[in-house]
Amino acid sequence: MTDATTTDLAPAEHSDHHDVKPIRKTAMWVFLGSECVFFGAMISTFLLYRNTTNGGPGTELFNVPFTSASSFVLLMSSLTMVLAHNAFEKNDLRQTRVWLIGTALLGSTFLAGQIFEFTEFVHEGLTLSTSPFGSAFYMLTGFHGIHVAVGVMLLAAMAVLSFSGRLYDDRGLNVELIGLYWHFVDIVWIVIFTVVYLLQV
Amino acid sequence: MTTTAEQQAIRSPGGRGVWAWITTVDHKRIGLLYAVTAATFFFIGGIEALLVRTQLFGPNLEVLSAEAYNQLFTMHGLTMVFLVVMPIAAAFTNYFLPILLGARDVAFPRLNAFSYWLFLFSGLLIYSSFVLGGAPDGAWVGYAPLSSQLTEVVRMDFWSIGLQMLGVASIASSANFIATAFTMRAPGMTMLRMPVFAWMSLVVAFLLIFSLPSVAIGLFQLFLDRNFGGLFYAAEAGGDPLLWQHLFWIFGHPEVYVLVLPAMGIVSEVLPTFARKPLFGYPFVVFAGAAIGFVGFGVWSHHMFTSGMGPIAEAGFGVATMIIAIPTGVKIFNWIGTIWGGKIKFNTPMLFSLAFVAMFVIGGLSGVTHAVVPSDTQQHDTYYVVAHFHYVLFGGAIFGYVSGVYYWFPKWTGRLLDERLGKIHFWLALIGFNLTFGPMHILGLNGMPRRTYRYPEGLGWANWNAVATIGAYTILAAFLIFAWNIIRTHFLAKGELVGNDPWDGRTLEWSISSPPPVHNFDEIPVVHALDDFWHQKYAEDEEGRAVRMPEVAGGALTVEKQTGGDDEGHGGEDMHMPSPSYYPALAALGIVIMGAGLIYLPWGFIAVGIGVAIMMWGLFGWSLEPVTKEH
Repeated sequence: MTDATTTDLAPAEHSDHHDVKPIRKTAMWVFLGSECVFFGAMISTFLLYRNTTNGGPGTELFNVPFTSASSFVLLMSSLTMVLAHNAFEKNDLRQTRVWLIGTALLGSTFLAGQIFEFTEFVHEGLTLSTSPFGSAFYMLTGFHGIHVAVGVMLLAAMAVLSFSGRLYDDRGLNVELIGLYWHFVDIVWIVIFTVVYLLQV
Repeated sequence: MTTTAEQQAIRSPGGRGVWAWITTVDHKRIGLLYAVTAATFFFIGGIEALLVRTQLFGPNLEVLSAEAYNQLFTMHGLTMVFLVVMPIAAAFTNYFLPILLGARDVAFPRLNAFSYWLFLFSGLLIYSSFVLGGAPDGAWVGYAPLSSQLTEVVRMDFWSIGLQMLGVASIASSANFIATAFTMRAPGMTMLRMPVFAWMSLVVAFLLIFSLPSVAIGLFQLFLDRNFGGLFYAAEAGGDPLLWQHLFWIFGHPEVYVLVLPAMGIVSEVLPTFARKPLFGYPFVVFAGAAIGFVGFGVWSHHMFTSGMGPIAEAGFGVATMIIAIPTGVKIFNWIGTIWGGKIKFNTPMLFSLAFVAMFVIGGLSGVTHAVVPSDTQQHDTYYVVAHFHYVLFGGAIFGYVSGVYYWFPKWTGRLLDERLGKIHFWLALIGFNLTFGPMHILGLNGMPRRTYRYPEGLGWANWNAVATIGAYTILAAFLIFAWNIIRTHFLAKGELVGNDPWDGRTLEWSISSPPPVHNFDEIPVVHALDDFWHQKYAEDEEGRAVRMPEVAGGALTVEKQTGGDDEGHGGEDMHMPSPSYYPALAALGIVIMGAGLIYLPWGFIAVGIGVAIMMWGLFGWSLEPVTKEH
C-alpha cells in the first residue's frame, strides 16, 4: 500500500526523449500487477477455507442485497473518477475538485457499509478467530477495505491540495495515477464480490 | 595524466559527510550503500555459519545450545538470502543499470533511496532481536505450525515483520528498475541491445514483483495467527499448515532465481571481456534468462514432495523442474561457446566467473536429482539439500558477485584490486568452498538431517563434518584476504590507478570516467549496436578480426567525454540532477517504527501511531517538494 504513494518525478532531463508521464505510469502498472498477486493469494486462501467453518457461521451469513447495493456505490465511484480525470485533463480545476470529492464520498459510503456489515457479522458470531473461514473472510475483505481507505485518503489529499493550487501533474501522485489505482481497487472488488458473496454453492 | 586520474580517484561525486549520504538520491551512491551494507551482513552471516560449523565439528559437541543453534542457522539463512545476496544484486543493479542503459539515473531516484533505507532499517530491526529476547529460530522458511505457535516469544514476529518490510523495499525498487529499463534507455538502446546484466536485472525485477506478494500474504496470515487469534494454520480448527508452504514457495522458488540471475548477468559481461570475444548467442542467453523466470513460477511444489500432494501433482512439478534445466543448460553452453577459442585472460574476475560456471553446473546437476520425486524423497531435509543450494548460491551466486566486484571495482574507485591477493582469495575460496560443501553431498546421502544441532557417534558422519568445518574456516580466511584487498586498494589508496577502461570493455560504463561523474554522461550516448562501446573502438577486417580504430586508439573518445563534468555535477547546460532529500529515509524510518510496534502488541500500538505519523510526514514532504532546486 505504501508504495502506491511513493512514486516521484523522473530526474535528469526535462526535455528530449524522456517524457515523465509514461515513466510514472509504467511504475504504477507494475505495482498494480504486484497487487493482483497480493489479492490472488488472499482469494485462493478464501476459496480453500470457504467451507471450513469450524462449527461457526458460514456463507449463509451474507446479506447479498445489502452488499450488492454497496458494490454498486463502489462501481459508480469509478465513473466519478473518470469524470475527475477528464476534467483534470481539460484543466477544469473546479470540476476536478467536485468529482474528486464525489469519488471520495462514494468510497467512504462503501467503507461505511463494510464497517456496518462487519459489526453485524461479529454480533452473529463470526470473528477472525471463529474459524479459518472467518479469518480468510476478514483478511480478504479487510485488506480490500484498507485499499479503499488509502484511495479515499489520496483523493481527499488531492482535493485539499487543489485549494492551495498544488494539484501537480508532474510531482507525487497525480489524478491519473490515483485513478488507475482506484479503478484497480474497484475491479478487484468485482472479483471478491463474486467469489465471496455470490458463489454460495 | 596521473594527476587527473588521481583527482578523479579521490574526488567523491556529490557532497561530503554523513548527511550527504543520508539524503543522497544518486543511484551510484545508493548502490555503494547497498554494497557496503551487504558486505557487512555477509561477514555477520558468515560468522553465524562458522558457529554452526564449529558446533558440528565432531559428534555430541556442546559449543552451542540447541536454542542458540536454532537462532544461528535461522539467522544465517535469513541474512544470506535477504540481507546479503539480494542487496548485493541491488547494489550492482543500482550502480550499473542506468549507466549500462545510457541514462543519468534510475526512473525514481527518491524511491530508490527509500528502498535502501527501508532495507537497512528492516535489517537492523531483525538483528535487534538478538538483544531483545532472542533471534528468530524457526528457519528462514518459517514453516507453520512451528512458526505460528509459540506466541509467548516474539522471535518469529521479528522475522515476519522484518521480511514484510524487506518485501516492500524490494517491490519499490523492482518497480523502479522496470520503469528504468522500459523508459529510460538511451536513443538506439533497443531491448535487444541491452547488456545481459541489464536484462537479468529486469527479469529479476519482474520475478520479485509477482512473487513477493504471495509471501506477503503468508506473512500477514502468520502474523494474524500469532497475534490476533487467526486460524489460518491451526489444524485443530480445520486450518491447513500446508497453505503456508505453498504461499511461501510460490515466492521462495522464484526467489532463488532472483538470487542467481543477476550473477549470471555479471558472468555474461565478464566472460566476453576476458575471452575477447562477443557473448556467444546473445539472444539465447537473454531469452533463456527470461524462460528461467517464467518457468520458475511453475515449480514451487518441488520443495514439498514429501508433504503428500499425491502422484499427479508430484509428477507435474517434477517434470516442470526438469524443464528448468533446459534454459539453464542453454546458458551454460553459451558461456562455454563464448570462451571457446578466445584469448582468455586468467585474471581474478575471470577466474571467479569460470568458477561460477563450474560450481553452478555441479549445483544444477544435484538440482536435477531433486526433480526426481523418489530420489528427492530420500534427500529431503538432509545435508544433500544443503550441499545443493550452497553450490548454486555460494559457488554460484556469490562467486558471480565477487567476480563483479573485481570487474567493476576500477569503475567504482578508479583503482584496480590487487591481482596477487585476488588470486590467493580465489584459490582459497574455491578450495574452502568445495571442502565445506562437497562432503555434505555424502553426509546427506548417508542420512544426516539438516537443522539438527548435534549428531551421535558411530554413524560415520564425524570425519566429513570435520572436513566441512575446516573448509568453512578456509572460506573465512579467503574473505578476510578479500576484505584486506579492498581496504588496501581503496582506503589505503595503494591500488594501481587505472584509466576509464582498464579491461578494454564492451559496454557503456567503460566510456565514462572512473568513478563516474554525478550525471554519468555529459551527453546521452546514441547507441548503434550491441556492445556499442566496443564497436566505437574496433572495426572488423575482411576476415572478421577486430582491428582497433586508430582515431580512438589514444582514448580520444573517452577523454573528450570527461571534459564537460564539474564537481557540482552540472555538466550539461540543461541538466538538472534531482536534489538530495531526507524524506525517503524519514518515510522508511516511520515504516520500521510502525513495524517494531507491531511486534510488541498491544502497547506497541503507540509506536505504530508514531510510526504512521512519521511515515505520512515523510511521504507528503516527499510528494510536495520540488524535485530539482528552483532557479
